[in-house]
Amino acid sequence: MNMTELPGWADWLVSSLIIIGALFALIGSVGLARLPDFMARLHAPTKSTTLGVGGVILGSIVYFSVTATFSWHELLITIFLFLTAPISAHLLAKAGLHLELKRVENTRDLRAQPNQYSDED
Amino acid sequence: MNKILPAPFLSLFLLVFWLLLQNTITPGLVVLGAILAVAIPLYTNRGRDFPATIRKPFKAIEYFFLLLVDILISNLNIAAIILMPSRRIKPALIEYPLDIVGEVPITVLASTISLTPGTITAEIRRDGRALMIHALNVDDHEKLIASIKQRYEMRLKEIFKC
Repeated sequence: MNMTELPGWADWLVSSLIIIGALFALIGSVGLARLPDFMARLHAPTKSTTLGVGGVILGSIVYFSVTATFSWHELLITIFLFLTAPISAHLLAKAGLHLELKRVENTRDLRAQPNQYSDED
Repeated sequence: MNKILPAPFLSLFLLVFWLLLQNTITPGLVVLGAILAVAIPLYTNRGRDFPATIRKPFKAIEYFFLLLVDILISNLNIAAIILMPSRRIKPALIEYPLDIVGEVPITVLASTISLTPGTITAEIRRDGRALMIHALNVDDHEKLIASIKQRYEMRLKEIFKC
């Protein structure tokens, strides 16, 4: 398979989309390492990676639409990601809550009845 | 109509999904996809124990695009928080009282909260009338609750009429 030459504008567009996507994926991973506790760490991969993957997918759509025929099926990845990202985040948060993992000391607990959210009887 | 198409939006979703998977549109594929889009809901409808009907489809589409924009903003917010010194974040566990009822609307709201700026849904209260939210960086939790209420919950209430 030989590489097709892209027109100049598409070249710039595809490269910048992929670099932006990769940048956000990197920031998400840095956040995973850098944030102070389990619950805070959950925020980074659920959000920043959505835009990271989104950027790469947009780049792919533009690339294949310009070089070959119109290509849309990358959008399926986004649909799956939107369906699965909140659910996995929810399950991890739930597990962290029920195991009562240590939270950073400036976390404010504003629940009126914390026992209504635990599984202790 | 209802006998053949018990879930019209599911059928439409399946047809679009099928065409996206094939990545081309030819008459043959559209016919085959239409047959599948009618047959699959007919077969699976017996197993649906969560009645949910979208009463306002256009509001639902508007909601989807609003969510898309908010996800974009939330990404930038989180990126900014990650890149600034980590000592300054103020996390909080917040109780969010629910106005809407029904499994599907609450699930959609919980997923929305997880995808948008600095908040993750962690648990639902035992009586099912409140969500527990972990917020990454919040100054005024009353304001956060009010903004979720009028930005998302009111819209969902209108879409599902619950």
